[in-house]
Order: sequence, then structure tokens, then C-alpha cells
Amino acid sequence: MENQEPLLQVEDLAVSFTSSSGTVKAVNGVSFTLHHGETIGIVGESGSGKSVTATSILRLLPPRTSSIDGGRIVFEGENLVALPPGRMRRIRGNDISMIFQDPMTSLNPVFTIGNQLVEAIRLHQQVTKKEAVKRAVEMLRLVGIPEPERRIRQYPHEFSGGMRQRAMIAIALSCHPKLLIADEPTTALDVTVQAQILRLMKELQNKLKMAIILITHDLGVVWENCDKVIVMYAGSVVETTSVNKLYVNPLHPYTWGLLDSQVQAAGDKQAKLTPIPGTPPDLRNEIAGCPFAERCGYAKEVCFEEKPELTEVEAQHHVACHFQTAASRLERNEVLI
Amino acid sequence: MSERIPAAGNAGAEPQLPVRSKKKSNLFFKKLVRNKLALAGLVIITLMIVTALFAPLIATHPPEKMDAANALAAPGTNGHLLGTDNYGRDLFSRIVYGTQISIVVGLLSVGFGAVAGTLLGLVAGYYGGKLDGVIMRIMDGLFAFPFILLAITLMTALGNGLTNVIIAIGVASIPGFARLVRGQVLSVKEEEFVEVARSIGSPNVRIIFTNILPNCMAPIIVYGTMSIAGAILSEAALSFLGLGVQPPTPTWGNILKDGKDFLVLSPHMAMFSGLAILLTVVGFNIFGDGLRDSLDPKMKI
Amino acid sequence: MIPTLLVVATIVFIINRIIPGDPAAVMLGPQASVQDVADMRERLGLDKPVFYQYIDYILNLLKGDFGTSIYYKESVLTLILDRFPNTILLSSAALFIAVMIGIPAGMIAATKQNSLLDYVVMLGALIGVSMPVFWLGLMLVLQFSVNLGWFPATGIGSLDNGFGNVFKHLILPAVTLSTIPMATFARITRSSMLEVVSQDYIKTARAKGVREFFVICKHALKNALTPILTVMGMQVSLMLGGSVLTETIFSWPGMGRLIIDAIDKRDFMVVQGAVLFVAVIFVVTNLVIDILYKAVNPRINYASGKEEGSS
Repeated sequence: MENQEPLLQVEDLAVSFTSSSGTVKAVNGVSFTLHHGETIGIVGESGSGKSVTATSILRLLPPRTSSIDGGRIVFEGENLVALPPGRMRRIRGNDISMIFQDPMTSLNPVFTIGNQLVEAIRLHQQVTKKEAVKRAVEMLRLVGIPEPERRIRQYPHEFSGGMRQRAMIAIALSCHPKLLIADEPTTALDVTVQAQILRLMKELQNKLKMAIILITHDLGVVWENCDKVIVMYAGSVVETTSVNKLYVNPLHPYTWGLLDSQVQAAGDKQAKLTPIPGTPPDLRNEIAGCPFAERCGYAKEVCFEEKPELTEVEAQHHVACHFQTAASRLERNEVLI
Repeated sequence: MSERIPAAGNAGAEPQLPVRSKKKSNLFFKKLVRNKLALAGLVIITLMIVTALFAPLIATHPPEKMDAANALAAPGTNGHLLGTDNYGRDLFSRIVYGTQISIVVGLLSVGFGAVAGTLLGLVAGYYGGKLDGVIMRIMDGLFAFPFILLAITLMTALGNGLTNVIIAIGVASIPGFARLVRGQVLSVKEEEFVEVARSIGSPNVRIIFTNILPNCMAPIIVYGTMSIAGAILSEAALSFLGLGVQPPTPTWGNILKDGKDFLVLSPHMAMFSGLAILLTVVGFNIFGDGLRDSLDPKMKI
Repeated sequence: MIPTLLVVATIVFIINRIIPGDPAAVMLGPQASVQDVADMRERLGLDKPVFYQYIDYILNLLKGDFGTSIYYKESVLTLILDRFPNTILLSSAALFIAVMIGIPAGMIAATKQNSLLDYVVMLGALIGVSMPVFWLGLMLVLQFSVNLGWFPATGIGSLDNGFGNVFKHLILPAVTLSTIPMATFARITRSSMLEVVSQDYIKTARAKGVREFFVICKHALKNALTPILTVMGMQVSLMLGGSVLTETIFSWPGMGRLIIDAIDKRDFMVVQGAVLFVAVIFVVTNLVIDILYKAVNPRINYASGKEEGSS
């Protein structure tokens, strides 16, 4: 796989938002690579910049208040950041699709499911209305919606939450994209429905051979669905590696904090749930040192003065921490209170 | 206004009361002042009220003093700032005095409509049931008449005169307030602090006036401000149609009505009185907008 | 709808009865003889107890009998139906202008939020909603009839002189009457669009690759229409009221002019009949708007007229 040309390369991406109260550097030098058919998870708390990173790939950030300040997003050899709007629009929904967190609000309430699905198909494919309707029914069947011929004439409010997310997935996949960006696709759903949706995405990924960027705050979702993972904190990548490596040997104190604050898979040693103390830093202010230092139980003086670089600590495992280097390791304490 | 409910025990878990605290009201004033448009509205309103109060000092001539020799003088001639009307009366002074009628009618008629409408809305919303049905059917009926037409019809029944103008416009304003307040009461009624008050046996009247009404005040104030703009327009319209305060009392509508007959010869009569109406109405409208944005931008008015 | 109409009729009846003094004497004026007044009382049924008067009144209304004009000696309903098409013509033209300019203006302001264009549109709309239309009408006459001579100042013209003649007469009053609704549409469209364009489904539409023009004009606008329709219902009422003033200024032979003339002539039967008629029109219009709601918003439960929960 590694010798293959990557599908997507994000290099040193920087995004900021401007409001009356100042400029927020929401994403600060994020880089990653994604190959065909791969799934990458982006994990972090809300405000860590994970959604902004994903949204900027499709250039869907609000135009007047946000800007991509630096970096490149190379998709199949094309830098999306520099693309003219017309070309970008032909990529959206066609080569790269996106589904959002809340299926209750991400479907247009005043159009039928069929209308929204047919629209997506006809935007990028030269087919007749009749043919598009036929494909729409097929797509609904593919995502496991029973009685698609009848459902296609219904409005979103006549669908349950899980069914809506299935419909959203049908819309997103209707043009067989090479990349699907899923922004917390299951957060707003019931636990049982969550599992179904994730299974469906996995199934369709195998069928349609697409890559997925899965944004989540739930490490459990990452273990089961992703090949690679990026842990983000305050707009920066703090740790990135394969899922296996992260599961076996997480290295950044923030990742430890995330692990301690979440319910782990069954059979885990009687884990105590410990929230990370404090709150993420205000990104309007310049942060001199490590952004996590304020909340880190291991922080020393250097952490407040110097920002740690993301370095390869072991093969294919990058961490941004002064005390996690190829040469030296930090001893992980049992849960700190 | 910000009387708290004597909730029993666990103050920590007490739901946050949507009653304005001192800190919040400071924030409100800051927002209001920062809203330049609202500030402009406030300046206009203040200017109008000052003009109304000190009309005798501001006016350059007695407003009803005729001077046939100087009739229809152009603005700026013979010390007549805005010229004279067809009877030779000083237009500037008449417009200055006209402010009094506009402001008085605007404030009193809306005050009347607001009090009556609020009471009806409170009762209908709080008690619900048949009483609600009856009150709101009557309000729907009143609402079916275009505002100005209802005022016109009432004026034909009541007869001319300042008091009747105030009553007519006031009555026409009632259904708007009643609907607004009823809707507000229905949502406030479900709040926890009302449940709490009811569970500790507070009498209904007390609940209505200490718990529910204060939480309806913001939209009432905003709607009231905008209603004053509407009332001033309606008063001018009634005078313009000859159904309001009768000549020779200077009102903006009366001046405009006279101006209509001399539109070609002396357009300044119609022009300036209309501008006075427009300016005042704009003032109340932008102040109302600003109030809404500062109190609650999501308010549906 | 039926209870509202009954309440409307009752209100008109009550207003009729609070006219101070003897309505018959008031109607006939000070020169009338005692015998005339007595005859009039009988004709109006004023010699019967109030309750019977009320029942008679309602029963007559049900038969379509709005009474007889004292001045014209004609059926009030005939007088109304004579003038009503003219008011419909004027109001529809005004509503058309208001919708065609107000809604696009609001959409443009919303998509260019906080731009100079936005400020200009919103300032214009602010002045528009505050406009004394009777004054605006006079100023338009002064400028476009008196000074420029482009349009006639008064009257409706005649179809005998071709449609263009009526059209020329229609322009100034229609523009006058359209001012407040136009400004109101611009304001509500802007705020409604601003709320809609921040919704997730707009992001979804963009993510699908929908052209920005269609994102705004299809996905956003249809969602923004519900509040616009609500406002339209209220504007119809305001326009029926505004037509009284507009028709007076332009001597437009419609319902409003009929009412004002009747007031001058102390022809109260006509005033009450016409006012009642306008109220009925308003109630019917709102019924139509309720049906339109259903067309633009599938979540509205037609039976209850309320929006269902979104789950």
C-alpha cells in the first residue's frame, strides 16, 4: 500500500477564524496522508480543530469569517486550496462527500428524501430524471432502508434518526466518492443505532472502495473502524500513528487523559473514569509552549516555554511532547486525581 | 421585578431564573449603547419629547395666529423658518406644537392598549380553557379589521377629539398585545419556577404578577416601542382623513391635509409635516429594533 | 373561521350601537324633521329591543343583506361589489411589486451580510416600514405628475382608452401602497434567510456540490418562506387598511374611497358594511395563507395548523 500514490495529502494546514473578539487559530499546522480505501480517525475534544480540518478539505468553511492561512490539501495530485470555485464544486459530492453529526438537521426539511437524493445524482451525472430516481431507490436499498420506493417520497421528519443518517449516507455515496468525510456521524444517535451505522459505513467502504476520514471524540469508535489515527488538541496534532500502535502504546499525556476519561472496551481492568482537569486554552491568545501544558500532570518548565515538535518517536509513531522522544520516555502514572 | 421564588432547599440545583439581574441589565445597556442605530433612535425620541415639552419656548410664533398677508410664504421668508400655511400661520411653530399631539397620542394610546392587552393575554394564557377561548376569539375578531380601518370605524362612532383618538388607537392596539402576551405566558407557564411557585401554594394572582409577567416584559417593551411608531402613523392618518383632532389644533396630519390642497403652489407644507412624521416613526422603529437586539436577538417580533 | 366571522359581525354591530345619540338622527343630520327621524328609526329597526336588532342583523347578513345606503339609496353590497374589483386590482399590483422587489432585496442583503449593499437595503427598508404612505403618495404626485408629468395624479382611467391607460393610472398608487409591505418583506426575508443559511442542511447542499445560486434560491428560500408567509398574511390586512389612504389621495374608486366618502356623507350603513366586508376578506385571505403554509412546509400538520415536533 505504501508505495501507492496517496489519495489525499494534507500538509501543514493552518485555518483561522476572525470575529469581533479576535482571531482564533483553529488549526495550526496539521499534516497527514490518506491512501485509497484507508480509514483515518481524527480524535479530540470539541474545539480541538478536528471538524475544522475536515471541513476545510471540502472548503466549506464560512467564507467571510474564516480563512485557510497556509498549507496544502492535495487530492489526487490537485491542490484543493488553490482550486477555482467551479472546479471545487465538481469535486464536492462527486469525489469527496461529507456527512454531518446531526441527521435531524442535516437533511433539508422541506424537500423529500427522493428529491435530495436525485439532486445529488443529477448534479454530477448526466442521467435522466427517471434513471436518477431508479438509482436513488437503489441507493436507499443499499443503505438498508426498507421499502425504498415508498420512502423516497417521504420527508425527513417522517424518518427516524437512524434512518435519516442512512439517507444522508445514501446521498453522500450516490456518486461513489473516493473519499467520505464523516463528521461525528454517530454522536447524535442512540447507542444501538450507532453500531449499525458504523457497520454500514464499513460495509459500504469495502463495496465501494473508498477512503474515510472519521471524526470522533470517542476512542472506542476509532479502535473498531480506523487504520490510522490522529489525536488533535487545540488545533495541533499531538500524536499520530496506526490504531494498533496507539492502542498498545499510547504516548502523549493528552492521549492518556482521553483514555482515562472514556469508558473502554469490555474486559478492561476496572478502569476508573477520570476527566482531564481544566479546559482547553483560548486560541485567541498566542500560546508559547505546549498547548496542553496547562492541564498536563507531567508538565515541567520547558513545556510552558517551548512548543514541542511532532517527532517520530518510534517507527510510524509521531508524538509532540518534550519528554517522549526516541531516546527517553515518560513513565505513565496510574490515574492522577 | 426580580423577586426570587422562595424555593425550598438545595439552592445549588435551582434552575437559573430567567429574571434579569443587575449584572445582566448592565450588559443590556452596554449592548444597547453599542448598537449605534438604536442610539440614533433614542436621540430622535429624546429630541421629540423635548420638543413636545418645551414647544412654547422652541416655537417662533403662536401656532394658531393667522396672518393673511403672509399666507403660503416660502421657507425662510420674513422670519418664517419653514414658511407659512394657507392662513399665514408659521409652519415651523405648527410642526413644533404638532409634536405634542403625536407624542401624547403615541404614548397614551399604546399605554392603554398595552395594559388592556397584557391583562387579557395574561388571563387567557394562564387560565386557559373556556376563558382563553372566549378572549382569544374576540381578539381574533378585532384582528380581522385592518388596524387603521378599526380606528377609523371607532372614530366615526366615538366622534372627533383627542381623547377619542387615543381610545380608538388604543383599542385597535389591544389584540396585538393580547396575542403576544398570551403566547409568552404559555411558554413561561411551563417553566420550572412556575411549577415550584404553584407547588408551594402561591395564589394565582401572585404567580401571574411576580413570576409570569416579569418574564413577559422584554417582548412587551419591544412590541410597545414599535407600536408607538404605528400609533403615531395612525394618528397622522386619522387627522389626514379629517377624523382626528380637529383644526385649528396643529397636528402633523392636519398640516399635511391642508398641504394636500396646496401641493402644487406650496409643496413645503406637505413636505415638512410628512418629514416630521417619518423621522419620528423611524426613531421609534430603530429604537425598538435596537431594544430587541439587545434584549434577545431571537425574539420573534 | 365561522366563529371569527360571527365575532367580527358582532363587533361591527356593537360599534354601531355606541354611536352617541340617536343613530337615525345622526344619520339624517340636524335638518331632519321629527317624523323623518321616526321613519328612519323604524326602517333601521331601532324601535325594537337591542337583542332583536342583533338577531335581525345577523340573519340579514347571512342572506347577504348588508343594509341599504342612505345616501345612494342602493344596496350596500351592490355598492361594495362595484368598488371591490378596483381595490383588488390596486392591492394585487402593490403586493406584486412588494414581493418582486422586497423578497429578492432581502435575499441579497442576507447573502451579503454586513456589506455596504446590505446596509443600504436595510436602511431603505427601515425608512420604508416607517413611511406615512399618504405623505409618500403626495410626494410621488408632486414629482411624477406635477413636475414630470409622467403619470396622471388621480383616477383610474378607463379601459375604453386601452389597458395602458389604466396601467398608467395604476403605477403611482400601487407603488405608494407597496412601500410598507415591500420594506417588511425585505426585512423578514433577510432575517429569515440569515437564520436558514446557518443550518446544517445548507452545508449539506454545498457539500453535495450544489451551485451557490441554487443553495440560496432553492434550499434556503423554501425554508425561509414560512415566516415570510406569516408576514404576508398581516400585510394583506395592512394593505386593505392602507388602501383607504392611498385611494383617498389618488381618488381611486375602490372600497377605501367608498368608506371615506360614506363617512363624509354620514352614510353609516355603507361604512359598517364595507368595514365588515374588508374583515371577511381578511379572514378568507388568511385561510388561503394557511393552505400555502402546508405547501411550503411539510412539517405543518394541516388539522391542527401547528408545526409538529421535529422527531
